Parts: sequence; structure tokens; C-alpha cells
Amino acid sequence: MSALNWGAAEPHLPILLVMTPIFGALFSTFLRRGVLAWLLALIVTLSLPLMSITLLLKVLETGQPIIYKIGNWDAPFGIVYKVDQLSAYVLCVISFIGAVILPYARRSIAAEIEEPAQSWYITMYLLCLGGLLGIVITGDAFNAFVFLEISSLSTYVLIALGRHRRALLASYQYLIMGTIGATFYIIGVGLLYLVTGTLNFDDLSQRLSTAVADPGMRNATLTALGFIVVGLALKLALFPMHVWLPNAYAYAPSVATAFLAGTATKAAIYLLIRVVFSVFGTALSVEALPIPDLLLVLSLAAMFLASFSAVFENNAKRMLAYSSVAQVGYIMLGVALANQASMTGALAHIANHAIMKTALFLALGAVFYRIGSVLYSDMSGIGRKMPLTMAAFAIAGIGLMGTPGTSGFISKWYLAIGAIDAGLYSVVFMIVASSLISVVYIGRITEVVWFREPSPAAATAKEAPLSMLIPLWLLAGLTVYLGFDTRLTADVSAKAADILIGGIR
Amino acid sequence: MMSELNPGIILILGALVVPLLPGKLLRGIYMLVLPVIAFAYLQSLPVGEMGQIQLFDMTLVTLRIDKLSLVFGYIFLIATLLGVIYALHVGDWYQHVAGLVYAGSAIGAVFAGDFITLFVFWEITAISSVFLVWASRNSSAMASGLRYLIIQVGSGVILLAGVLFYFRDTGSIAFNAIGIETFAGKLILIAFGIKCAFPLLHNWLQDAYPEATVTGTVMLSAFTTKLAVYALARGYAGTEILIPIGAVMTAFPIFYAVIENDLRRVLAYSLNNQLGFMVVGIGIGTELALNGTAAHAFCHILYKALLFMSMGAVLYRVGTVKGSELGGLYRSMPWTTAFCIIGAASISAFPLFSGFISKSLIMSAAMKEGHFWVWLTLLFASAGVFHHSGIKIPYFAFFAHDSGKRCKEAPTNMLIAMAIAAAFCIGLGVYPDPLYALLPYDVKYVPYTLEHVVTQLQLLLFSALAFTVLMRTGIYPPELRSTNLDTDWFYRVPGRHLATFANRFRSLTWEWLADTAVRGATKIHDALYRHHGPEGLFGRTWPTGSMAFWTTVTLGAVVILSYL
Repeated sequence: MSALNWGAAEPHLPILLVMTPIFGALFSTFLRRGVLAWLLALIVTLSLPLMSITLLLKVLETGQPIIYKIGNWDAPFGIVYKVDQLSAYVLCVISFIGAVILPYARRSIAAEIEEPAQSWYITMYLLCLGGLLGIVITGDAFNAFVFLEISSLSTYVLIALGRHRRALLASYQYLIMGTIGATFYIIGVGLLYLVTGTLNFDDLSQRLSTAVADPGMRNATLTALGFIVVGLALKLALFPMHVWLPNAYAYAPSVATAFLAGTATKAAIYLLIRVVFSVFGTALSVEALPIPDLLLVLSLAAMFLASFSAVFENNAKRMLAYSSVAQVGYIMLGVALANQASMTGALAHIANHAIMKTALFLALGAVFYRIGSVLYSDMSGIGRKMPLTMAAFAIAGIGLMGTPGTSGFISKWYLAIGAIDAGLYSVVFMIVASSLISVVYIGRITEVVWFREPSPAAATAKEAPLSMLIPLWLLAGLTVYLGFDTRLTADVSAKAADILIGGIR
Repeated sequence: MMSELNPGIILILGALVVPLLPGKLLRGIYMLVLPVIAFAYLQSLPVGEMGQIQLFDMTLVTLRIDKLSLVFGYIFLIATLLGVIYALHVGDWYQHVAGLVYAGSAIGAVFAGDFITLFVFWEITAISSVFLVWASRNSSAMASGLRYLIIQVGSGVILLAGVLFYFRDTGSIAFNAIGIETFAGKLILIAFGIKCAFPLLHNWLQDAYPEATVTGTVMLSAFTTKLAVYALARGYAGTEILIPIGAVMTAFPIFYAVIENDLRRVLAYSLNNQLGFMVVGIGIGTELALNGTAAHAFCHILYKALLFMSMGAVLYRVGTVKGSELGGLYRSMPWTTAFCIIGAASISAFPLFSGFISKSLIMSAAMKEGHFWVWLTLLFASAGVFHHSGIKIPYFAFFAHDSGKRCKEAPTNMLIAMAIAAAFCIGLGVYPDPLYALLPYDVKYVPYTLEHVVTQLQLLLFSALAFTVLMRTGIYPPELRSTNLDTDWFYRVPGRHLATFANRFRSLTWEWLADTAVRGATKIHDALYRHHGPEGLFGRTWPTGSMAFWTTVTLGAVVILSYL
């Protein structure tokens, strides 16, 4: 991979990574035909993982972050993009998911979106992708807000284009909640600016260390932290601020759901980790703050309560949406425990969950493409008609349970080790027990699709087309592969965790 | 890689092909060939650790062949073959797949060299075997299957938690001697103990096994508990606490077995009692004792399967195995009767039958290590076994009062399976050397010494005499289910009261516990559904206003907590 030669463009990869999709979005608005827009997007998105892999390899090789100064302005005044192990890793995840969906998207979009809106849909997809990559790559708190808004606004459109009438309501609710979240975040950033006079993450952390000595400044900093954590918790759908998510995922078009489930919450999680650990962590003693305890309680609640909701759900997309809330709970649990192993587990789960959940939603998208529904009643017996699709679904589902031999096991293993290290033995059991609930909800849908007599809708269904099966099986295969080879997930995560944990005091 | 495949995988993958095969004949031949292939393949494997797979920084050893795992592997494959033959007449592929996957995962677990592989196969045994219970397709089987599944999967969960702690302590996941000193060791022991039906952890066994299908019970009786015995022998050999646990296990089920009327449930109790012998052997932990455990597991699987098969044949033909409703079946089912008696003689450890040559190893080991009270308990238990499995089962089913029931002899495939098992029982009893050669340790042991034979015969003849006398004099007519209690001079008078009391106590407590659990579970389910179902608080769509409200509340909480 390091053989990839970018020539003169190499030093500019960080900015190219963000600008390529955004310009792609711009151009695709001029393309009236959905197919052409899709072709353009395909080229754009396929180039992104190559860029991010190059960045990741470079960072891993040198061990030093890559700093890219926009317009060559120095840090406190200009905006810098900073690529370190953590951000490069998350960039890889997001750009990979963004790319792998595209070959699948052609047929799905053609079936679910009306022709005039298709190129707009692709525009929004690319814009959202660019925004998410921007959140991760930027080293500037306000710039992150801008990208957060870019991705959020395009997400609202992506959801609203769903065929179901409730898509509009879901999009509206997400718009309100997303705006509240973004507002909280920017209020927090504003307070930080008040305290320190800077927006650059590195600069912020340095100046905060001295500023918090003053009690007034300390209070403002704590309030800022509260606003930022709650705002981002809303974006990443941490329980109990997840309520916008099930409907948004359930009623969005299939491609949007698969894309958002794999990437959107992950970018918000990244930003939260970045702000809490790299900015506040160096200034305030994290252990003394209530934030980790609060996150711990909320993530445990998410792991159980959202999983129970998934058990009783009769709409497969909503079921997976609740499961996403639960899985975000796992990631945040690792963040809250804040030790090396747990953080490794959390970061590894960012990639593992993105891959598994995208695979699951792609499989459902294929089902929707064939029978126009993802209700259990319509999906019964579909496994006999679409065995390849549902087999991939089953593999990813087994991964979600955390079975050894799949990537889900790796992340949960590290999480559990992290819980042991933190001395929270009961949490170890809770991790294992909540995995059991996922066995129930995955088992339930497995029973429906494989063991029941085919419903009228399923009886006439055909296997999904190859363009859908290939991305789906690629992800399902990765779920198993990453269960054994963890160089790209857990090993990189461990390095990133070292830096994060090393930074806090 | 192919040459290092765990033989269990052959059965599991092979099982998945079964539904695709057309016709009963082809399916039957295929299922018969499958364990034979696995057996031949196992024969070809060298001793050692193979099939290593790198799972991030841990190495899985998916195939470990040593003498201990081989004994269990061989007997599991033999049991698989017997189970398949016995079930050939069943048209329902669902049971065949479940049975083969179950057998394959048990074999896979036996050859697992590390805890993760063990855990995976451990859970597959749990999940696949429950289908054998559910295949009865009635509501009580569904209910007890669910209880069984929860307990079995729970055992796996505890195992995994234990493994996590073990890994944290030692940095290794290799499955070797564990020891009970650490927290991890205790957790794993509980996980094994659940599957091994330790006292107070045993109720799932008597609950679920008699509910399974005719053929399912035969499979169930062979694998789950013996897998646990293997795991205990591997991890906890010489752990003292196992001696009293095992001794209690041998003794207490006798009381229940004696008064139980469902003959398959009687066998389930005696299964528990036989496990006790093996657990004692593991607890003693000497080479002789461990050999005894392995040998006893080997023989036990065969004769227990034989007994379950004969009772299964009765259930299949007559439709009931209630002791009080049977009797006189020897006229209709002479072969089944003969095979049942052979199984009964083996479990009672008659000289020249397989139980004798394996049980005496454990008894000798207990004596040799000076565990006199344990030895005495085992002796008492032996007498008890003789009386409830050796006499009660064949007597009530095939002789006793003629129930007037007339039926056909068991199907041919069942008879063949029983004949093979019976041949093993006698063959091993007469000529135990091949089995002794298989055992994990090189111990020269001669079962047929004058002393052993005489002791055993005394015990048996005395019991038999008592039984005969009581029957002849009609003191305890067979209609009273507690009759044959008194065949045994160990607990002649107080035994009956104790047993009756114990039974009442047991049924009351267990039913109360089960009912409470079911009620509780229903309540929890309802409450969960109320809150998490589509109309529930966590399942329905919230109004935007309340979403915003709760976000604000969280913000307030965070900020206030930060200031505190």
C-alpha cells in the first residue's frame, strides 16, 4: 500500500480527502442523470480510502502526526488539519464504508428515489461524507462545528428522501435534535474560546491547563465540557438522547441508513473522544469529573434498555437501529472506563461495528429492493428465496453477538479486559449478559427469515443482484477476517489508545 | 489446514447437508457414514496440538489430541453412531441435524486445546441440543427446553467470564489444569459444574431429558454431562472439593430415582448418580482414579444409552414409560427386554459386565487413598443403582403385573443400535484390556480379583434376594411406588420416610422455584414489553418536545454534577 504514489499531491492529501467529496458533490448537482452522478460519486468515493490508508500508513510509520496548515497559516490563527493515529484510523473506517456502499447504491437508489432527485441524493451523500471526514481530520474546534453542520444538514435531506411518509417526520425530529446538539457543542466551544482565546485543539489543551487555575475560569471550563459532551452525546445517540435515531434509520432510504449507521455516529464519537481526552483530559483530571461515571451509567443503560427494545421490534430496520444504540453503548463504555484495554476495545468497535452494521443494513436494503418491506411479517421465510443475502446477514449478526471468530468478539474481549482492569467485575458480567440479549434479537429475526413459511411477499422474491451481493459479502467476509487478523483494528486502536490515555491525567 | 481439522467440525458441517439430501435411504446412509468418516479421520491424526489459529494476540489450539481427549473422542463417536442408528426411522430432518451438530460440537469441545474454542463448542452444544427437547413439540417440552437452554447458555456465559479473568491473571487461554484458588478458577468450576449437574445445579437434567424425543434423550444422555466430566478431569483433577460433591451426587439422586414413576426420569436420576462416581474419581485425582473416571465415562455412555434406548423403544411402542402403567412387556418385546437387562446388569456393575470393570477402578482408588467414608457412600450408591436401575427399570417395564399391553417389538434399527451397545457392554466386561489400553495413564489394574468379585456379588445378591423375598411375600405390592426401597438393607426403614419426605420436599421446592421463576420471567417479559414494546416508553416514537426536554435534563445533570 505504501507503494501508492501520489506524486506532488502527497503533502496535500489531508485537504484533498475532504475537498474531493465536497467538490464531487458540487459537480454532481450539474449532472441531471442519476447514473452519471452515481458514476462520478463512485470514482470520488473509491479514491478516498486510498488516501486515508496512505495517511494511516504514513502516521504509523513515522509515529508523528501529520499537520496540514491551510493557506500556510500557523496554528492559532489559521486552521490546521491534524492526522494522528486516532484520526487516521477513523478516517479509514468512514471512507471505506462510504466507498463500499457506492457500487451497491446504484440499484437501490434507482428503486427507492425518483429520477429527478437521484443526483441530488448523491450530492447529499458526498456532502455528508465530506463533512464527516472533515470532522475527523480537522484540528480546530470551530471548523469541526462547520463540518458537523455540513454532514448534519445533508443527513436531514438524505433521511427526508425516504419513501415512507414518516421519513419526513423522522427527518424533522432529527433536524430539531441535531440542531440542539450542534448548538450545545458550539456553546461549549464558545465558552472555551472565552476562557482561552483559541479554537485549535492543541492550543486549547495547553492554555486550558493554565487557565483552570482560576476558579472562575474553571467553572466556565466545566460548563463548556458539559455542553460539549451532551451536545455530542446527542449526535452520537447515547441513551437517553437516542430517541431520534430509530425512526431516522428506519424510514431513511436503504443506502442512507447503511451509510449513516456505519459512519455518522462514529464521527461524533471520535469528536467526543478528541475533545474529552485530548483537550480537557490534559487540563482537568478526568477521574475527578463526573463525566466518566455518567457515561458509564448511560452506556450500560443503552446496552440493556436499547437491546430490549430491539428484542420486541417488528420492523427489522428499527430493530437494527436499537441495536446500534446498544452498540454505541459498548463503545462509550470503553471510553468511560478510560483505560488502555477498554479504549482499545472502544476504538476497535468503531471499525468492527461500522462494518457489521453496514453489512446488516445492506442486507435489509437488498430485501427491501426485492419485496419493498422490512417488516418481520413480510420477511418471514425470505432466507429460502434470498439465501446469499440472508446468509451474509446471519454472519454479520453473529458478529454482532460477539461470537469468537468474528470481529465483534475482539472488541468485546478488550472491553471486558478493560472492565477487569478498572476493577469493575460486575461490568464484565454485564458485557457478557447484554451480548446474550443480542443473541435473542438476532435469533428472533433468524428464526423468522429461515424457519418460517414464506410470506406472500417473500414467496415471489428473487436473490439480490450481484452488485448488491458483492459489497454485502465483502463486509460479511471482513467481519470474520477481522475476527482473526486485528492488525488494522485492535493493533492500531491500541496505539491510538496509548496516546489518548497517555495524554490524560 | 485440512489435515488439522477438528473431527467435530466434520460432523457439524456434515449435519448441515442432511436437509438437502432427498429420500430417507440416502439420508440414512449419509448419516451413518458421517461418524465413521470422522472416526477414521481421528484414527489418522497424530498426538499433539494442531490447528493453531492466531486470534489477535492469542493462539487458538483447535485440535489437541492426547490420551484423555482421545478416550472421550472415541466414545463420543461411538455414541453418535449408536444415536444415528437408533434414530434412523425418524423422518424429521430437524432432529437429525440438531443431533449431529450437538454430537459434533461435543466432540469439538473435547478436542479443544484452549478456552475460546472450548467456549464456542460449549455454547453450540447448548443451542443445538435444546432442539432435541423442543422436537417433542408439546408445551411442557417447550417450557422445559427453554429452562434447559437458559441454564446451559448461562453456563457458557459464566465460562466466558471465568476465561476473561483467567486470561487477565495468566495471560494464557490454554486449557490445562486450572485450580480452584483463583476467582477465575471458581467461576469456571461453576460453569463446568452446571453442565455436570452438580447437586443443586442439577435440576435441568431431570427436567429436560425426559421431555426430549425418544431418540433425542439417547443423544442427550451421552454428551452434555460427559463433556463436563472431561472438562473437569482436564481442569480440576485432584481438586479435593470434588470428592464430597461427587459423593453427594452419587447418593442423593437415589432417593428420587426410587420413588419416581416415569422410568426415563428414573434413568435421568441414575445418570446423575453415575456422574457422581466420575466426579469422585476426578476429585481423588490419582492416575488410577482418573483412569477410572475415563473408563467409567466410556462404559457409562454405552449402558446408559442402552437403557435410554430400551425405555425409548417402550415409549415409542406403548406411548408411556410410567412404571405404574407398564408391565408384562417381555412377551411383546423380548429383544428389548433382553437388551434392557444387559444394560441394567452393566449399570449395576455385575461381574462380566462393563460397569464392573470401570466402577471398581474408582472404588479401588477411593480405598487406596484412604477415603473410607467416600468408599462407603459409593458402595451404598452402588446398591442403590442396582436397585433402581438394575431391578426397577426392567422389572416394572417388562415383568411385574401384566399390564395387558401388547405391542410390536421395537423397530429393527432400534434393535440394532441396542444390540451393538449391548455387545459393547458384555464385550468390555469380559475383556476390558482394549479399554484399559485407551485410558490416559498406564496403570496395571486387574478388575477380576477374588476380593472384588466377591464383594460385588455379595452386594448384588443380597439386594436381589431382598427384592425377591419382598416381592414374593407381597409385602410391598408394585402398585406402591416406594416398594423396592426396601430391597436395600442400607436404608431399609428410615429410607422410605426419608425418600417420601425428600420427594415431597423436592417437588414442592422445585415446583415453587420453577413456578416463581416462570412467573417472574413472565412478569419481567411483560414489564419489558410494556416499556420496550412498540407502544412502550422506550419503543415508541417520542414527541420532539420530550426529546429536547430530556436532553436539557441531561445537560443540567452534567453541569450540576460537575460543580459538586
